[in-house]
Amino acid sequence: MLCYDLHRMPDEKSLNEKSRIMDSARMKRAISRLASEIVEENQGAKDVYIVGIRRRGVPLAERIVDKIAEIEGEMPLFGIIDITLYRDDLSTVGASPIVNRTELDTDIDDKIIVLVDDVLYTGRTIRAAMDQLMDFGRPRKVQLAVLIDRGREHRELPIQADFVGKTVPTKQSEIIRVMLKEYDEVEGVGIFEKPSE
Amino acid sequence: MKLLIANGHLIDPTANENTGMNVLIEDGKVSAWLKAADGVPEGCEVFDASGLLVAPGFIDLHVHLREPGQEHKETIASGCAAAAAGGWTSVCPMPNTNPVNDNAAITRYMIEQAEHAGLANVFPIGAITKSSDGAELAEMGEMKAAGAVAVSDDGRPVPNAGIMRRAMQYAKDFDLPVIDHCEDKSLSAGGVMHEGKMSLLLGLKGMPALAEDIDAVRDIILAKETGAHIHIAHVSTKGAVEAVRRAKNEGINVTCEVTPHHFTLTDRSVEGYDTNYKMAPPLRSEEHLEAVIEGIKDGTIDAIATDHAPHHHDEKALEFDRAPMGITGLETGVGLAFNELVHKGIIGLERLVELCSTNPARIFKLAGRGTLAPGSVADITIIDPDHKWTYRNAESRSKSRNCPFDGWEFTGRAVATIVGGRIVFQM
Amino acid sequence: MEKPYRRRDLLGIRELTEADIRGILDTAENFREINTREIKKVPTLRGKTVINLFFENSTRTRTSFELAAKRLSADAVNISVSSSSVSKGETLVDTALNLDAMDPDCIVVRHGSAGVPHQLAKVSRAAVVNAGDGSNEHPTQALLDAMTIREHKKKIQGLEVAIVGDILHSRVARSNIHLLTKLGAKVRVAGPGTLVPRDFGYLIEEAGTSRGRESVSTASLTVCPHVEDAIRDADVVMILRIQRERQDSAYFPTLREYAVHYGLTNGRLDLAKKDAIVLHPGPMNRGIEIASEVADSSRSLILDQVKYGVAVRMAVLYLATGGSLGS
Repeated sequence: MLCYDLHRMPDEKSLNEKSRIMDSARMKRAISRLASEIVEENQGAKDVYIVGIRRRGVPLAERIVDKIAEIEGEMPLFGIIDITLYRDDLSTVGASPIVNRTELDTDIDDKIIVLVDDVLYTGRTIRAAMDQLMDFGRPRKVQLAVLIDRGREHRELPIQADFVGKTVPTKQSEIIRVMLKEYDEVEGVGIFEKPSE
Repeated sequence: MKLLIANGHLIDPTANENTGMNVLIEDGKVSAWLKAADGVPEGCEVFDASGLLVAPGFIDLHVHLREPGQEHKETIASGCAAAAAGGWTSVCPMPNTNPVNDNAAITRYMIEQAEHAGLANVFPIGAITKSSDGAELAEMGEMKAAGAVAVSDDGRPVPNAGIMRRAMQYAKDFDLPVIDHCEDKSLSAGGVMHEGKMSLLLGLKGMPALAEDIDAVRDIILAKETGAHIHIAHVSTKGAVEAVRRAKNEGINVTCEVTPHHFTLTDRSVEGYDTNYKMAPPLRSEEHLEAVIEGIKDGTIDAIATDHAPHHHDEKALEFDRAPMGITGLETGVGLAFNELVHKGIIGLERLVELCSTNPARIFKLAGRGTLAPGSVADITIIDPDHKWTYRNAESRSKSRNCPFDGWEFTGRAVATIVGGRIVFQM
Repeated sequence: MEKPYRRRDLLGIRELTEADIRGILDTAENFREINTREIKKVPTLRGKTVINLFFENSTRTRTSFELAAKRLSADAVNISVSSSSVSKGETLVDTALNLDAMDPDCIVVRHGSAGVPHQLAKVSRAAVVNAGDGSNEHPTQALLDAMTIREHKKKIQGLEVAIVGDILHSRVARSNIHLLTKLGAKVRVAGPGTLVPRDFGYLIEEAGTSRGRESVSTASLTVCPHVEDAIRDADVVMILRIQRERQDSAYFPTLREYAVHYGLTNGRLDLAKKDAIVLHPGPMNRGIEIASEVADSSRSLILDQVKYGVAVRMAVLYLATGGSLGS
């Protein structure tokens, strides 16, 4: 019989935090720097299209957009991508993901897309996001901004970030969590131990 | 050959003294009741029935043996084997064979096939009308002479009251009971289950209870007027039970039977669309089941008949509304009677024997049956009321597997069946 | 039969909980955006096979399921009754086993007999999605109707919904009644006495025994003696299609008389709330159950229903073959 039982994600609060590598202030400074680097690299905000990857890439992208507006006096374009339908692990993951909406209201053709995500790890999420972008049009350029890069040794695809808040070498047994007030009680970045299976 | 059924608990509602008697069988007849002190007569085999009930052979008034014409579903031999395994010493097959049993030749053929198989007595029921088309009367007199014990057009009940009236008038000349499957098809046509809450819920076309009620009332009025004996097959509705009760109080010559599935299941079973819950009359709702149970309790209902209706797997493995009506029941009937009636305290053992043997013999006027009195035919059903067993379709003697009670656990069953003095089934 | 990991049947709305329904609708909402893209295709179900097994003709529903499958990159195969082996005497179970042997991930089935999806689901390893079974259910229709209502009324809870027509034989009505009452709407049904059982209120009373019912009293389903009673002050008027073959069974005398006494005219629609919307599962019999003036008015959302149908079916296929509603 049909049973759309709700899949529960592991309780994130129960994770054991090993160290806090960024607090709210440092995170703010890192975001400011990312915004400056983006406008510097692209010589302004013209045609720059900041696209947050759901979920935690979205608030980060919004903050970058605000910062760029502050620096340049001009709002860059903003959009949201949900990569669920482009994942390559749909038939294998246990708790399969919820579909959310992709919001790219402005045409992406000939724009400079800056994908924004919280953590760069294997590169698979970015691959899915790029595949989806290509279904929407032909951007002039696609760049990647992440708050945390866990390091090249974890990469499973040839993908690198153009703008990095902080590079944090980590072990596979660790989880990096970017905590944002939109979703979490505190702001900051912590390293957690993966719960043993 | 002599056989002594010894140490058993005799249940014969026709006799006064039942306790402590051994039954002596000689030449296929019950020759005497002996006290234990009388010992074992010389040259006599002994069946030790310690802890078992010894009852006059059970008689199923309503089965479909499918032969001639649909031997892929059942043959008289396979049907009789299932009967013997279920504790039935006699079965009365309905005439909806192919061709229809509407003449003496087919009646004789059925009896001969049964004698050949030698597992149970077959008392055929002849058709009321030729080909059961509801138009011209069949040769009831000839069929009776050949061995038919009643007439019916079963699943194709005579729709025309005028013809039914004539059938009753004519059947009375030959002292033949007229059996009616009460269903006014102008009300039930296209229906595949009981009309009610469940049919609404499942989106299946319903057969209203009143289709049965109206036909039963019609038949009873005709029986009153003609003086014929009307036997209402498989009563399943509150209205029909009440109509029979009223008619009996009025002294009208009416009897009726109930199937094990109608005193066990309700239309809730249809949820899931398993075609093994599809039959006519359909499984009714709670209130009807309760009325049926009440009828069994108060004596309105005379007999338990299985309406054993085998269908091949391929025929049942269809859409619910395309699959044929009917389920097998010979091997589960006694188990269900124990589970649902005896062990629940609704009836006692004596009443069970009445429903399965004494009354059926009386209704179809089967001389020398339904009793163990000396001189009667040695048809005996030996029952262990405490035997726990599980029914499995895969192990059925029937050629068909369309039984919804697959995997059901029962307490109580026939452990030996004796027909004409011969043990035809023994656990 | 044990389904492979994460395959789920959608047999009817009756079996769903309120949370299930909301989850499917929310997922469908998010799929709508894909249908507005220039490239209306995502790779989600790449490599999966969806069989559209249609024993009854229905260009609209079949096309909708086919588009839904294709927009999710599944391989969709259509089997219609004329080319199937059913006419060659194969049993339903044989058909199911044969299809199953080809390892489809999902079988979408439409059949004239109630319960066929349930029977298929018992023997098939594929997820079975009911695309309409006899007079029983048509779950995706109810879901797309709900989506249309939600879009225009912003909610379903507390709405008064009139369903008018052949209630007895309508799978659309059954699915909608289950869905709307589970989501807190009040449903009123009306139509000819021959086609609206007096005791239809039993429908949800009985459904209460099944899985997934929170307490819904029969007060949320009312059988009205006249069409006007059902329509008066309704927020939504749902008109059912009159199947012409019913007329032969003498449920009502003529189509003309039906149109006069039960059809949705502007006059009857004026009884509803001013902002009431009109739904019809299609295809319409103009001038019979619905007057052309109503069908073509801005209150009629029949084309929206069709549009949302694709998104709903994408959501259903995604969920049936492994997607999640999340929490």
